[in-house]
Formats: sequence, structure tokens, C-alpha cells
Amino acid sequence: MLKARSLLFVTLAFSLIIAACAPAAAPTPEKVVETVTVVETQVVEKVVETIITPTPGPVEGTILVDGSSTVAPITMAVAEEFQKEYPEVRVPVGISGTGGGFKKFCNGETDISDASRPIKESEVELCKQNGIEYIELPVAFDGLAVMVNPSNEFVSCLTVEELKKIWEPAAEGVITNWNQIRPEFPNQPLSLYGAGVDSGTYDYFTQAIVGKEGESRGDFLPSEDDNVLVQGIAGDPNALGFFGLAYYEENKDKLKLVAIDNGDGNCVLPDIETVANGTYQPLSRPLFIYVNRARVDQKDEISTFIAFYLQKADELVLDVGYIPLTPEIYQLAQQRYDKRITGSIFEGVGSTVGVSLQDLLAKESQ
Amino acid sequence: MSAISSLRDLTYERQLTIRQRKGRVLEVIAFFSILLGIAILLTLLIDVFLDGLPWLHPRLFTEFPSRFPEKAGLRSALQGSIWLMVFTALMAIPIGVGAGIYLEEFAPKNRLTEFIEINIANLAGVPSIIYGLLGLGLFVRGLGLGRSLLAGALTMTLLVLPIIIVTTREAIRAVPRSIRLAALALGANEWETARDHVLAYSMPAILTGVILAMSRAIGETAPLITIGALTYIAFDLRGPLDIFTVLPIQIFNWVSLPQKDFQNLAAAGIIVLLALLLSMNAIAIWLRNRLFIRW
Repeated sequence: MLKARSLLFVTLAFSLIIAACAPAAAPTPEKVVETVTVVETQVVEKVVETIITPTPGPVEGTILVDGSSTVAPITMAVAEEFQKEYPEVRVPVGISGTGGGFKKFCNGETDISDASRPIKESEVELCKQNGIEYIELPVAFDGLAVMVNPSNEFVSCLTVEELKKIWEPAAEGVITNWNQIRPEFPNQPLSLYGAGVDSGTYDYFTQAIVGKEGESRGDFLPSEDDNVLVQGIAGDPNALGFFGLAYYEENKDKLKLVAIDNGDGNCVLPDIETVANGTYQPLSRPLFIYVNRARVDQKDEISTFIAFYLQKADELVLDVGYIPLTPEIYQLAQQRYDKRITGSIFEGVGSTVGVSLQDLLAKESQ
Repeated sequence: MSAISSLRDLTYERQLTIRQRKGRVLEVIAFFSILLGIAILLTLLIDVFLDGLPWLHPRLFTEFPSRFPEKAGLRSALQGSIWLMVFTALMAIPIGVGAGIYLEEFAPKNRLTEFIEINIANLAGVPSIIYGLLGLGLFVRGLGLGRSLLAGALTMTLLVLPIIIVTTREAIRAVPRSIRLAALALGANEWETARDHVLAYSMPAILTGVILAMSRAIGETAPLITIGALTYIAFDLRGPLDIFTVLPIQIFNWVSLPQKDFQNLAAAGIIVLLALLLSMNAIAIWLRNRLFIRW
């Protein structure tokens, strides 16, 4: 009996803990009230603000971000700095992949979606069905690096044509030796490593090299975790693989970078400069965030966050291993946001290779 | 006569040594089996501790995640994991143990209960991602709980319920019939017998099941990602209806980052997760020892 009673105490203690945190669970009713009164208070607040404080008013709320794992480190870095400056705003970031992120975004579940490629036709449709409009903003460049084992001394540059020969679907089971790529390469088996087929990285690489998004040979070792690919290529003298430049930067001693010749005879190695100025083609790609147009009007904090993002991006993007856009492009992106221009500059065609962001944005802003 | 019996003794002797030798071979095999298990566990632990120990720092508990490994911590993930476990335990244990008691002590033996029993046994083997999808449809969207800690805890409850029910039933079944009969003979009704005798006697074994169930829940990532648990959270949890993240998700995120330091930080995170798991189990074992009744 005594034992049973002590058990009862434990349960009682637990229920007290629950009761203690129950009031904290109140945000839902508050939120409802907030949206109802938002129209009236906004006007009043605006007036009060302009009279009392000329600086932007108290910024608070939660901005939900989800999407690409490639873009996440950038958004997390921005969120980290932003929350230091605006502690009342909470910016959580989820990682469900570019595609998974768009599914939630077009369902109205998130405010901002990270994307490592432009929105696809099917996703444009989904958003349209649910009445979600979005503002597309480029935030950084990412270079896809092609790599071999450091012991490989015969490869220093490959043409896009040669890469296509290696990676196209027809190569499956056929191109299995280095000397099939170029006759002067040694008679040595070829083993391939690449980003997982569900990633935006794979989509972009196949689009840029094979010419068709999502099509490649199947007999390569895929991994969603780029660190696994680093290990694979570092331990295999016959290896050839591709993944994000950030992972090369951290593993320079274990990998050898291959220059890419885009058909004009110039071998270009990816680095900050060649990726940003577009000479490393076709394997440099822009990264994006998509902002829910309707939420921009409902939540003032989103505008503050976006302005902060585009302002601090060039510094923070470098911190996490990506390549910043030019100041002009950040400016054009901010203008695009200020004008609330919805839709994609790529018009739903998916990964687009070799287009200049600046040209596209500049054309639009005229 | 004596020749036959001595012959018999001889074959008996020979067979005995063969049987003993077989026994010894089996013993060696069994010994190496357990050695293999321990060796794998030790390798994992040593590897994790070598990478993670230098990064094990009080900062891990007080700081939020950061892009700088030397500033990053597990505060939000730790809060998420602890509260998720508290809510899961609060819901799963009463329901699971209650269902177990009902099925074993009170339920009539008919087609329906048989059907339920088979289903519970099968549910224990369903992959966790399926529970994640169920949670997404039922709790996140259906009940409108959103991507909240409570939705996560409810999903985890569904995930561990079959384990708790099955172990509770096993534990109750092991209670000697004489104890039930003695209680009934002294005038206790069925509920009193179940509560004061059967449950009290089987509590240690039930707690073992609860330990197993909670240990499974604390390491789960897939169903929580499915219901929309986040990866980067740099603020304190405000209540059961708030968005959340948990330790395994944070660890997975660190492992996938390019910087080597984050991989070491992930190892430190694994040590914290292990410590949390072991302390949770320690509480259960302490309770078990307190509740243990000798007859």
C-alpha cells in the first residue's frame, strides 16, 4: 500500500509539472486574437510609431523557414545573427529538402522556403492551387566541384563533353575505365561518386552535364551525406565524384579538384572569384529563398528579416562556405522584394544552367 | 553379463566425453557471440568518446546552435528531448499499462480481443516512419496541433504503446496464480486484486518494458522529422504547443556539415544523448528497486 502511495506521488509530481507549463501553452488563442485585431492595431501602431519612434517599431513574432539542406546553413547563420539583434523574433529553420520544403511552403505551412534550385513547374502548380504567391530571392552561389583522389596525377582538367560521356545514362556499364574517357589516360578502372538522387545538387549536375534534369547512369555510389562522398573519394585512387564546393574547402588535403573546360579550351577551377563572376560554368548555381507574399503583409518581422538577410549575406555566406552574390545582385534582390514582385524569374523551368542572375533581375526591374 | 555391462559402460563413457566436448564448443561459441556484441559496443563508445570528450563542455547545455562550432550548444535540442520524453511517458505509461491490465485481467477471451492482441503484437514491428506519417495526418493536420511538441509526444506515444502493452502483459502473466487466488479468497474484489497485488508484483518487469520503450523513443528521428520537427532552433521552448527540435536531429545536422569540428561536436552530442538515456534508465531502475516486493 505504501509503495502504491509513493507511486501516486510521482504521478502527482508529473501532473504538477504539466500544470506548470500549461499557461505557457497559450500562444494559440493569442495568435487568433492577433490576426483579428491586426488590421485595427496596425493603423494605430503606425501612427504611434511615427510620432514616438522614427526607428522601426518593436519587431516580434516567429518566422518559419524550411527547405533545402544546402541553403540551410546560410539561413541558420542569418537567423543566428538576426536573433541577436532582434531577440523578440524567433526564426526556426527546418531541413526537409528543396522539394519537401516547397510542399510545405505551397501548403501555407511555412513563411520562407530555402531552395537550391528554382521552383519547378509542378511546384508552381501546387502553389497556385492553394493560392500561395511567392517572392523569389537569390541569396548566394554554390559551386559544384568535380573531384578525384589526390594520388590521381593524370587528370587536371575535364571538358563538359567528357563529363557527359561519363555520366549520361548510356554510359552505364559501358564507360568503366579511365582510358575510355581519354585515350592517354591509364588503363585503370573508374569508380564514380555523386550526390544522392533526391538532392537539388543531383538535379543541377545532371541538368548541367547530361542536359536532362534527373537523368544519369545508375551505377555510381550516391550519398545524401557529402561527408560520406569525401571519405569515399579520399580512399579510392580510381574515384571521380562531384559535390558542393564547401565540402572541398574543408577537405583540401584529402581531395584533388578538377578544372572544368566549358568547351572553349579554358580550364577553370572553382573558387570564390570564378564562381561569383560566372566563369566557372556550367557548374556554378544560384541558391534561393522563397517568401510567402501574403505573410509579408501579415508579419512585419519578415520584411525586417529579409532586409537583414540581403544586407549581411555577403559576409555570412562566406562563413558557412558558400560564395556571395555581387553587391549589385543583392541590391536588385532587395528592390525586387520592395516592389513585391511575385513569381519566378525562371518561370518554373527548374534548374537553369548558365543564366546570369544579374541580367534576369535587371531586365525585370526596368 | 559383466562383459555386456562393461561394454555398455565403455560406450556410455565415450558418448559422455563427446557430449561434454559438444557442450564446451557451444560454450565457446556463445562466449564469442557475447564478445562480439561487447566489442562492437566498445568500439563505438571509444570512437565517440575520443572524438567527443574534448568538446564536452558546459557550453553544450547553455548555448543554442551556432555556425561556429566553438560557440554551438544543445540547449534547445536538450529541452526538446527532455520534454518530449516527459510528455510521452505521461501519456504512454498509463495508457499502455492500463491496456495491458485490461487485456490480461479483465477482457473476455473472444474473437475481438484476439484480433486486438494480434494487432498490438504486429504494431510493435511497424517501422517508425509509418507512425510519423500517421502523426502528421492525425495530430499535426487533423487535430490542428501543428508542428508542436505535443504532436511529437503523441506520435511517440503511439510508437511505444505496443511495446509497453506487450511487456505489461508478459509481466502480469508471470504473477503466480496463488497470489490472485489468495487475494480473492480474503475478500478483495477483482480490481483490488489487480491493483494491490498483481500490479504491485509485476511492477519491476513492467518498468523494464517502460525503459525499453523510452529508450527507443529518445533515439527516434524519422517520425519527428516527418511531423515537422525543426533543425535549427535558437530559443527556449515555451510550452507543449511550441515548435521544437530534439537531440538526434541536432546531432544528425552537425554530422552532415562540412567542418570537421562539427563532427566532433556531434560526438559530444552523442555522449550527452547517452547520458540522458542512462539517467532516464537509472530513474526507472531506482523506481524498480523501490517497488520490488519480496513474497
